[in-house]
Amino acid sequence: MLSSRAVPWPSRYTELAILILVLAVVSGLLGVVTGGRLLDPQSVEVMAFQMPLLGMLTLAQMLPMLTGGIDLAIISTANFAGITAAFILKGVAAWYATPAAVLAALAAALCVGAVNGFVIAEVGVSPIIATLATGIMVKGIALAITKGYVMAGFPTAFLFLGGGSLAGIPVPFVILAIGAALMALVLNRTPFGVSEYMLGSNPTATLFSGINTKALVFRTYLISGFLSGVAGLILIARFNAAQADFGSSFLLLTVLISVLGGIDPAGGVGTVLGLVIAVMILQVVATGFNLMGFSQHLANALWGIILIFVIAFRRVLPGAGGARS
Amino acid sequence: MVRGRLRQAFRRPEIYLLAVLIVLSAVLSAVRAEFLTRDNAFDILRNYAFLGILALGELVVLVSGGIDVSFTAVATVAQYIMGVIISTRAINNVLVAFLIPLPIGLTLGGLNALLVYYTRVHSVIITIATLSIFYGLLIFFTGGTWITDLPPAFVNFAQLKVVQFVNEAGVAYGLSILTVLWAAIGVVTWLILNYSPMGRKIYALGGNAEAARRAGFNIFRIQLFVYAYMGLLAGLASFVQAGLAQIVQPNAMVGRELDVLAAAVLGGASVFGGTGTVAGTILGVILIAVIRNGLIMMQISSYWHDAAIGIMLALAAGVTAVQERRRTRRLVRIDVE
Repeated sequence: MLSSRAVPWPSRYTELAILILVLAVVSGLLGVVTGGRLLDPQSVEVMAFQMPLLGMLTLAQMLPMLTGGIDLAIISTANFAGITAAFILKGVAAWYATPAAVLAALAAALCVGAVNGFVIAEVGVSPIIATLATGIMVKGIALAITKGYVMAGFPTAFLFLGGGSLAGIPVPFVILAIGAALMALVLNRTPFGVSEYMLGSNPTATLFSGINTKALVFRTYLISGFLSGVAGLILIARFNAAQADFGSSFLLLTVLISVLGGIDPAGGVGTVLGLVIAVMILQVVATGFNLMGFSQHLANALWGIILIFVIAFRRVLPGAGGARS
Repeated sequence: MVRGRLRQAFRRPEIYLLAVLIVLSAVLSAVRAEFLTRDNAFDILRNYAFLGILALGELVVLVSGGIDVSFTAVATVAQYIMGVIISTRAINNVLVAFLIPLPIGLTLGGLNALLVYYTRVHSVIITIATLSIFYGLLIFFTGGTWITDLPPAFVNFAQLKVVQFVNEAGVAYGLSILTVLWAAIGVVTWLILNYSPMGRKIYALGGNAEAARRAGFNIFRIQLFVYAYMGLLAGLASFVQAGLAQIVQPNAMVGRELDVLAAAVLGGASVFGGTGTVAGTILGVILIAVIRNGLIMMQISSYWHDAAIGIMLALAAGVTAVQERRRTRRLVRIDVE
């Protein structure tokens, strides 16, 4: 959808090689500058707790972008799911509060995803506008039912999702790893995944090869909604609080990470591995800057510069650049 | 022929917008008498001048087939530099203050154009990156402190009314200079889009980029114009916003990108480029303003505002999409027969 692709996107392997190189250079530089503190176990643990939220949101952004669309509602959906869970956690004291809250949050997120999918696939509204509208709407509903207040203080059983560890590995990290692995499996090993890539590179050809593209688009936004819901659960479990308009700056960041991770905004190209490495790059920059006492704002600026650098680098790559004119 | 023209008029989104606006205003006036007063109308037009100017800039970008989301950061940078200069040097001159943010906006917009043209990546991605860069660097270097000591000439200018009335309660109200600025930009944008060669090239580029390129248009020059114009209007809007707020606050504008985009789209501009009008965009901004104002007057909690605007936008987009599909179907049928 975001077409204007005049340049072929570099191949998968060059792409991953560049990303790994950037990750190595950034970690190395920041590791040296921070005097090794970036790579000590404590910092790594902090990163493993912080990364999953952004990682999960980016996974939610990935499928729509692969199909050439975009989901601007993911943050609102995550907060909406978080608030749904918070209402149950605050209202129910029984043992089943946590599973009920998780299920309700995911159901709420699926509802938003279904609305997006319906409006985009059946009504035919462009993804940018459709998800912009539902994003504003869902945030508005969340604001209205919470009256803008923060809902805080959840049971320990639930907080395990955000702050617990399994065999020394942070639970949110485990959730992200499972999510990423499943996503990679689905994209590479199922007809659905292959169709997603096809849809992204040529929707008309996909339709004419007998694939129900409407159902495909619907499922894309349904899954995006579901993953946003998972991110919402990680979010409120990590901060022990839910709010209607938390983390709106993450929205543009997920698009940025997706592109950094090699997803062609025009659709059809991108890997889960690239995405995960891109999230790691951003996390390393954020943590490194934090250790050096630099502001998050400088890190934000640097992320933008890295993105432009990566895009420009792709342009001059042999075989990848060279405008057809 | 008259019927044909009428039918054509009814296909324009502006007509629907105007109808919705009239119905909405009638309902609001019936419920709340204060709504249909001249001071309220002038108030709305003043308070939304800032958003309205930005929406006009976004319109030009949308028509060219791009999307700019960096303008809030551009505006913030331009406004902050203006604020620092006029407050530390105590420049008590509005014209000087007015001239500071414009070249800054123009330059940053030009930078966007360079990046969009040379990377050939969709402008929404590029401007997401430049949003982070401009805003991140500004806050890093300034610490995000507010500037409250704006010189009196500046403060007074924003209160200036071109036409002034006094209501029954003896309170002065009238047409604000900021509204006049918005209207002037509306006229300029309309002239550019409809009556200048550049304007027609912008529509051509947005309608079909490949065709425009093959027709020999200088794509770079068009994009440079489009993004620099957006930057220029961002600078101007930042001047207006500082006048409205009477304070320079770096976090006041960033985060409102989608509001502006929503207003332009509500006004009939397409994210695919090639369509959109100045009248539609201004009506889109006024519609959002009336919804917010009306909800306040009906004493509906402000927390419902976003939900209402989201629903409005979804409806508008849905209607447009269905209309579009009907039109394509009609074309297909003609083809077959």
